[in-house]
Amino acid sequence: MIHRISTIALHTFRQSVRDKVLYNLVAFAVLMIGAAILFGTISIGINQILLVNLGLSAIEIFGLMIAIFIGISLVWREIERRTLYNVLSKPVSRWEFILGKYLGLLLTLLVNAGIMAAGFYLALFYSARRFGTLDLGSLEAIYFIILELAIVVGVALLFSCISTPALSAIFTICIFVIGNLLGDIRWFGHESASGLMTRLTVLLYYVLPNFSDFNFVSRIAHGELIPGRVVVSDSLYALLYTVVLLSATIMIFEERELQ
Amino acid sequence: MLAIEIKDLTKDYKVGFWKKKPRRALDGLSLSVEAGETFGLLGPNGAGKSTTLKILFRLIFPTTGVARILGENIQDRSTHARLGFLPENPSFYDHLTAEEFMMFASDLFGIPARQARRQTGELLDRVGLAGTGGLRIRKFSKGMVQRLGIAQALINDPDLIFLDEPMSGLDPIGRRDIRNLILELRKEGKTVFFSTHILSDAETLCDRVAILDRGRLLGCGELEQILAMKVRTVEIVIEGPSAQTLGELRPYARAMVRTGNQLRIESDEKDATVVLGTVLACGARVRSFNPVKSSLEDYFMAQVSAPEEDPAENAAQPPLRKRAARSGR
Repeated sequence: MIHRISTIALHTFRQSVRDKVLYNLVAFAVLMIGAAILFGTISIGINQILLVNLGLSAIEIFGLMIAIFIGISLVWREIERRTLYNVLSKPVSRWEFILGKYLGLLLTLLVNAGIMAAGFYLALFYSARRFGTLDLGSLEAIYFIILELAIVVGVALLFSCISTPALSAIFTICIFVIGNLLGDIRWFGHESASGLMTRLTVLLYYVLPNFSDFNFVSRIAHGELIPGRVVVSDSLYALLYTVVLLSATIMIFEERELQ
Repeated sequence: MLAIEIKDLTKDYKVGFWKKKPRRALDGLSLSVEAGETFGLLGPNGAGKSTTLKILFRLIFPTTGVARILGENIQDRSTHARLGFLPENPSFYDHLTAEEFMMFASDLFGIPARQARRQTGELLDRVGLAGTGGLRIRKFSKGMVQRLGIAQALINDPDLIFLDEPMSGLDPIGRRDIRNLILELRKEGKTVFFSTHILSDAETLCDRVAILDRGRLLGCGELEQILAMKVRTVEIVIEGPSAQTLGELRPYARAMVRTGNQLRIESDEKDATVVLGTVLACGARVRSFNPVKSSLEDYFMAQVSAPEEDPAENAAQPPLRKRAARSGR
């Protein structure tokens, strides 16, 4: 079981590499080099804040683009091209296939984020000529970005099993945007005079993934460290949400006819 | 021992956008295949051949009916370790090379890397892809993809091999190679179940065939029995017949075709003596006299073009068809 899942995961990673997904690293490198040189002309305190903000946001945005645009075609492409027949006719269960695909894209994102993090720290070092203890906080932010991406991949994979890439992209982006605004939506429901609206916003708050809970870029850029209990609770939340998403995906995919 | 056992398999697809209506792709198919047999599933396009294979591999699900492969229910995926499958018009990850795909397939079976590398080389050689193992699949021709499909279906040294239209996309040399490969597999004692609409391939390779049309099993039987069906007509070719001879022969001929000075007459076996006597009496020369043997094509055409059967008439089915309806054997 494990070797079949890891075979599919490693193949998915290799596919991403050969599809030149990691070329985004070039764009990231250019951005970081440019930012380090440009911000170097600004005063020392502010340039670090700007660089951390920009670097972490870039890691998040590049990761999101890969998670969404690769994730939405992960299963759909296999069904459309019928490459899936050659996998499922082997002793591979459908759930193993889904899990392998998920872990493969997650591995791509981890490698991508790891290389970008290295580039980001190089830019930080170039800018300040030293590392400070506060720079460690950026690692925390990257960890939260990875947790966020793990959920986004799950959402994209779910839609990939039931819809076309165009619709899946729209749905996934909508969920990501709404997920980032859930705090405001809940507040809006709370302030609303309508009981129905209050219940609806509370339902949305608990059902949809709350991405705003993973966004610490700005706080970390200003030198704030995130408490350990938040790290643990967010990790558990991401794990639980991913398990629920993958279970739903597997349930749908198990019933899907591959014509 | 039965390698494949299919009982009353029916598949309805839902078609239409709003009000979905069922379209029957497979209608109560019952069939069984003995271990070691080479079995051909024949039928025109849309007969339900690929549907049957997809159901057996749980790529789609039957509406009703059950099937067992190597004694196990098809829901048991562990059986797939002993199966090989070539899908119709196969498609592979085109960013991989042939060798990489074969290694990927080996990994899914849990075959150790060293053994997988050896088998990959042997199989690519066996299907005529030697020297192309390092080439990306996206650069393969259709025939090469088909050959790779057959190679990957054999990577786990399966007991039972399913081939969906194995000759599709192959040139005459490729078809001969794959025919020989299937014959070798038969010699090795493997069970081969393949679907095709190329009757000559089935005639060369199969121990038994089944004929499907519009989802229904029309006939199933041993190829020897089908080909040894009683001779009913003869073909006589004569030279230099006069107009009077033609007139005298016409009542006894099922068909007459004149080509230059020659005349080909097809007549019932019982009338052959009269035809020959007439020809000789008129002074024409007999060039050849041949009994017309039944071919798989005749059998196929007879089954496929036959009018829809009334269930009440089932009792009057010919022997092969009776067997098919009773057990699929």
